[in-house]
Amino acid sequence: MTHLQDQRPEYTSADEPGPDALAGNDDSEALCEQVARAQAERATLRIVGGDTKAFYGRQVDAAQSLSTTGHHGIVHYDPVELVATVRAGTRLRDLERVLADNGQRLAFEPPHFGDNATVGGMVAAGLSGPRRPWVGAVRDFVLGVRVITFDGKLLRFGGEVMKNVAGYDLSRLMVGAQGTLGVLTEISFKVLPIPQAHACLRLELPLAEALDRLTAWGRKPLPITGAAHDGTALHVRLEGGEGSVSATRQRLGGEPEEPLFWEQLREQRLPFFDDALDGAVDTVAERTLWRLSLPALARTPSLEGDWLVDWAGAQRWLKSAEGGGFEDDPRADIHIHEAAIAAGGHATRYTPGASGDSPFTPLAPVLAKYHRQLKNRLDPQAIFNPGRLYAEW
Amino acid sequence: MELLYDERIDGDIADVDKSALMAAILAVAPQLTLLDREEDLRPFECDGLSAYRVLPMLVAMPTTLAEVEALMRVCYEHHVPVVTRGAGTGLSGGALPLEKGVLLVMSRFNKILSVDADARIARVQPGVRNLAISEAAAPYGLYYAPDPSSQIACSIGGNVAENAGGVHCLKYGLTVHNVLSVDIVTIEGERMTLGGESLDTPGFDLLALFMGSEGMLGVITEVTVRLLPKPEVAKVLMACFDDVELAARAVGDIIAAGCIPGGLEMMDNLAIRAAEDFVHAGYPVDAQAILLCELDGVEVDVQADCERVRELLNAAGATKIQLARDDAERQLFWAGRKAAFPAVGRMSPDYYCIDGTIPRRELPRVLKGINELSAHYGLRVANVFHAGDGNLHPLILFDANQPGELETTEAFGGKILELCVEAGGTITGEHGVGREKLNQMCTQFAADEITLFHAVKSAFDERRLLNPGKNIPTLARCAEFGAMHVHHGELPHPELPRF
Repeated sequence: MTHLQDQRPEYTSADEPGPDALAGNDDSEALCEQVARAQAERATLRIVGGDTKAFYGRQVDAAQSLSTTGHHGIVHYDPVELVATVRAGTRLRDLERVLADNGQRLAFEPPHFGDNATVGGMVAAGLSGPRRPWVGAVRDFVLGVRVITFDGKLLRFGGEVMKNVAGYDLSRLMVGAQGTLGVLTEISFKVLPIPQAHACLRLELPLAEALDRLTAWGRKPLPITGAAHDGTALHVRLEGGEGSVSATRQRLGGEPEEPLFWEQLREQRLPFFDDALDGAVDTVAERTLWRLSLPALARTPSLEGDWLVDWAGAQRWLKSAEGGGFEDDPRADIHIHEAAIAAGGHATRYTPGASGDSPFTPLAPVLAKYHRQLKNRLDPQAIFNPGRLYAEW
Repeated sequence: MELLYDERIDGDIADVDKSALMAAILAVAPQLTLLDREEDLRPFECDGLSAYRVLPMLVAMPTTLAEVEALMRVCYEHHVPVVTRGAGTGLSGGALPLEKGVLLVMSRFNKILSVDADARIARVQPGVRNLAISEAAAPYGLYYAPDPSSQIACSIGGNVAENAGGVHCLKYGLTVHNVLSVDIVTIEGERMTLGGESLDTPGFDLLALFMGSEGMLGVITEVTVRLLPKPEVAKVLMACFDDVELAARAVGDIIAAGCIPGGLEMMDNLAIRAAEDFVHAGYPVDAQAILLCELDGVEVDVQADCERVRELLNAAGATKIQLARDDAERQLFWAGRKAAFPAVGRMSPDYYCIDGTIPRRELPRVLKGINELSAHYGLRVANVFHAGDGNLHPLILFDANQPGELETTEAFGGKILELCVEAGGTITGEHGVGREKLNQMCTQFAADEITLFHAVKSAFDERRLLNPGKNIPTLARCAEFGAMHVHHGELPHPELPRF
């Protein structure tokens, strides 16, 4: 029996010494060979880094797995240039530690979902943390990639400069494609300095009022970089210069709070997530977790369950009602996708399901056609992570 | 001239009877404005890269989405290429027409459809001018961040097609960071929406892929942009240096100190003199370089940052540092920078703008290389530089009426781009490849990479009808023109036939 705990490995916030991130290993030749062989043998590949996000997306049933973890290390990092180039198998926490030692960070604060999360897996999943509405998403900070194509060639797109419009932007296309278009081996990121000051606040007030306030605050240049409502209270994070953070803290009111809240929200370690993540894949989980990505001002869809609102309303977590159980019924999934579309957004199922055939909202017909054609051009024999995003490809 | 479409190396284009095509288009879009007389076509023969001119077969100026769809279906059916044009301010010839193609002019799609202050978004048609969006948002205390120097004239559709930048990119990003969704009409006349009002959408990030795709993947018919609250205050420091290298190092010092300025621009002596003569911005004409550093945000933070940056500039060897006294003087400092191109234009009959981007640390070496090339080709260069993000705009001064001087200028420009690539940079930071830099694409990318670009193109436009001959060179072109640069005695792409 596969337990979800295995799919959501431990995440410890304590900094522990990992392998020396700077002394890396270039395994790209072997990776290229494996892809070329797979292509020749028409064998499908499941691309794996730390395997911390197996729960995300459809289950991949592939002939072989291709591991990027032997391909690791920081290739270039020049804090003055605000650019870091990293091999895909590098552990995310090792990169983050090196950046922090230089007073910098990945501003989009990606979730790890486990100690062994790799940089390549993070980019392939394309998930951004609580800071996303204010600073941008993973793709906004990707400057360039090296990628292995279906025929085993290692190609380079983008680069290490902030502005680059030569050719199509294949670097950003790879972000969130979950390895279905190629194997990421190296990524260059724009990194940013950690702001001088920060403050975390908790304001007890109902959701509707919280969203109203956030709308009003959003029209002012306030240093907000986090805004989540847990059902009883609004949590706000401020980051910026000393002056603006302290002035805004006065203005917003509320009680001070530990910054740990934001890490727990990012890693889904808040109590809200507990009963949606425990349980077993092939039996019945207690409750099902969905992510709804909606326009921030959208009305909450009338779906049964408990809500946790992040991204100032643009990302809403829905936990199916207690006793609502694990809907092993594709119609229940379709219902949620339709509700999300009606609200102007889309939904993603985070609790893997036995039925779980459509964790992602289906694409409109014309979009689906061009997705298929693009996949077909970049991976004609569909060897990369088949079916991970959608059943048809 | 190698820049004009050459079917031999850029690919075949079908011969179509103009009258029959017009009849077919008007049959399905009877109200569509179609221009075909030479005097009507003339104004559309070039974009901002005016050295290259081609009369299109037809100009179409639709006002409705249905007309765009109908036009695309007819062109698809008849295998007629379509070049889309916005305001025509592009600097790389991306909207250069094709003799055997239709020029689709989107300038009549010029309505701001909505400004939603609470959601901080604006929905606009592609022909809306960049600055008009910020003007429409201003009553709500909001603005649209990307501000290319041509913002009074350039349109948002073109900005998306080129992934336009501006002087505030380091902090506020490029077009790709500020657009939430675009509506597209495909070459087959289908509609699709990429992105949305939510912060992400399922599937591939086609929105990012279409940014900067130069009209090669689809036609943009609507754009939804993100608006930002206007910073409470913005202050500009001008620092003078008697050595370009010291100025370049100061840029790194500011960023290393954890400061991300709203704008960080550098100009060299020739650019300073040109701008000062034109705008009277108060620039010191004897300085070898000036840095303009704009710090914006909340008053208290900006005060503190100004002090910090002033100290850093002092330590970096600035000979003079001046804080704009008020908003009027701040605007004046920027006016000099934003007018640098036309200012240089006054010093010389013609100028040619280059758009390389390099890692900032390479700036001294690249500038030295440019000076050596300048001496070699006997042409003057003024340098303006988006220093914060490493985007260099050398302006080559020349006289197109002197026989051979345009060709010399092109050769010089090509060498500068190769220097940028060699320094770990790129041939275009924000102006696009267009027609202009096709040959240099062969320097920046290997044949396999170019092949993958063509694969992407064919997923959206199998018949190669959308803006053919731009952005991505054919391998035949690389074989012919890339061959001019022989590395270690080996011709690039030896597997290809030579013409």
